[in-house]
Amino acid sequence: MSSSIHVLNTSLGGGLRPPSEPPPGIAPAKPALEAEHLSRGARIIRFVRRQPTLVVGVVVLAIIALGGAFAPVWWTGDPLEMRPIERLTSPVAGHWFGTDNFGRDVYTRTIYGTRVSLIVGATVSILGLLIGTTLGLVIGFYRRLDAVMMRVMDGLMAIPAILLALALMALMKTSVRNVIIALVIPEIPRVIRVVRASVLSLREHTMVEGARALGARTPRILMFYILPALAAPLIVQATYICASAILFEAYLSFLGAGTPPHIPSWGNIMAEGKTYVQLAFWIILFPGLFLALTVLAINLVGDGLRETLDVR
Amino acid sequence: MFPEILRRLVATIPVMGVVAIAVFALLHVTPGDPAVIIAGDYATSEDIAKIRAKLGLDQPFLTQVGIWLGRIVRGDLGTSIYSGLPVATLIGQRAEATIALTLFAMVISVSVAVPLGVLAAWKKGSLVDRAVMVFAVSGFSMPTFWLGFVLVYIFAVSFHWLPVQGFSPIDRGFWPFLRHLILPAVTLSLVYMALIARMTRASMLGVLNEDYIRTAFAKGLAPRWVLVRHALKNASLPIVTIIGIGFALLIGGAVVTESVFALPGLGRLTVDAIIRRDYPVIQGVILVVSGVYVLINLVVDLLYVVLDPRIKY
Repeated sequence: MSSSIHVLNTSLGGGLRPPSEPPPGIAPAKPALEAEHLSRGARIIRFVRRQPTLVVGVVVLAIIALGGAFAPVWWTGDPLEMRPIERLTSPVAGHWFGTDNFGRDVYTRTIYGTRVSLIVGATVSILGLLIGTTLGLVIGFYRRLDAVMMRVMDGLMAIPAILLALALMALMKTSVRNVIIALVIPEIPRVIRVVRASVLSLREHTMVEGARALGARTPRILMFYILPALAAPLIVQATYICASAILFEAYLSFLGAGTPPHIPSWGNIMAEGKTYVQLAFWIILFPGLFLALTVLAINLVGDGLRETLDVR
Repeated sequence: MFPEILRRLVATIPVMGVVAIAVFALLHVTPGDPAVIIAGDYATSEDIAKIRAKLGLDQPFLTQVGIWLGRIVRGDLGTSIYSGLPVATLIGQRAEATIALTLFAMVISVSVAVPLGVLAAWKKGSLVDRAVMVFAVSGFSMPTFWLGFVLVYIFAVSFHWLPVQGFSPIDRGFWPFLRHLILPAVTLSLVYMALIARMTRASMLGVLNEDYIRTAFAKGLAPRWVLVRHALKNASLPIVTIIGIGFALLIGGAVVTESVFALPGLGRLTVDAIIRRDYPVIQGVILVVSGVYVLINLVVDLLYVVLDPRIKY
């Protein structure tokens, strides 16, 4: 994928001026400044060509996010309005995605469902990252804690994430907040792992040794020497956590242990549609398409960031 | 080799201990009185007291931990609040469908994903490679249950080729057993397939640049021979590792897939138990599944020795 892009790049952006023929009397242009001469448009095109995955992911995700944020604008109705007369209507002009068994408009509900998914995805990845990084930094830096805590992490990670989340939900009332809690807990050990691995290799780095020699204390070293080096892998990790949190929220809701039924979420809509697979397949088809597209977009952003930030 | 297996088995004890304590602690870390939550909204105070006594929640905390660990060591997973049957019996009844589903899905995934990954790496940058990569990233993003419904809609509802739902035990004939499992297994395998294909490609790319591969080609060996005997064998460690780690995905997916296809497996048992707040069953399933996961990864560790003779324990 990348080889063909690099070939294209050389032919782009105003061309390379051969340094052998500068205009007489004028100092030759510094090649390092070449990028500055590109117009903004050309620079954008160059970025798109270099990072197609990232750009496609970001654009699709932005469209979906705008869709959810301004849900009332996009010719939607009331997501909770029931019209029993119009129940199980197949997709037509008034109901683009058809209606469900209560006569609610599936299009409207799908667009509103974006909100829950994106909120859960974003919150779980941010919380998971914050808690996991804090714990990972501490565990990675204190040798004595490390051995014990990593056994504990191994044990926690042996429990499949979805089962752990289900078990947690079984003891809590269904609410978006509790779904977020149930999804963050299984992610924390995974973040700790990533952070700890980096800390272990960075701890022996010369810059840390130098900082210590200058009298820096451990918290300062963690904050200003270790943490910045962790930024890139953690950002990539956050996108993958976000994608899996969105999928898991849908799984939990689909299984009846997630978002409460009165809130339209993709998992809930599909859970209600599962009895009508043969009669009204559209109830499942459209929310699922949105879910797949959203997760795909986030995964593309993750892959793109991984390439751009050069994370292994 | 044998002492090593023994040493490894012993090393899994602390991990399983952590799992056991974590599963126990689940009841206590969540806010509220677990007995009240389990008893449900319409319970009388006698019901709650009964459940508290049954789960041993009226004992001091450390005593509870001790009793719990002691029971597990003896293989006693407790009794279901809902049905009154031993949890181990319930798990035994439901194991067949889940084992059949996950094994079948694993066979499909590995036998499709590994060749795809090898092909993609060999033809790096080609259309085939891109197609495999697109397949891998979209497979990884696909909601399992949604894919299941789409397949049901196409192959069962529209074409009537395969049954919509249900399970047929293997002792009632192999063909009905297989027919009922095809759609669920294909559904479940996709995510796993994507993961393995991606890892196979990455690992093969690393190996294909090695000198001995060039030598093998230069000797005039058939590409197939070089790819399989020289490259894949040396690229196999990360692939086997991801097959072991990805098993967690397979289990998670099985819970959802069983619910779509109405398979009477451990996933359905769990989901039913969650709706009934039958906590001993939930704890038992998590414990058993995590134990299987740990054992599978132990087997993977031991496989390293077979795959790479340089590794000696």
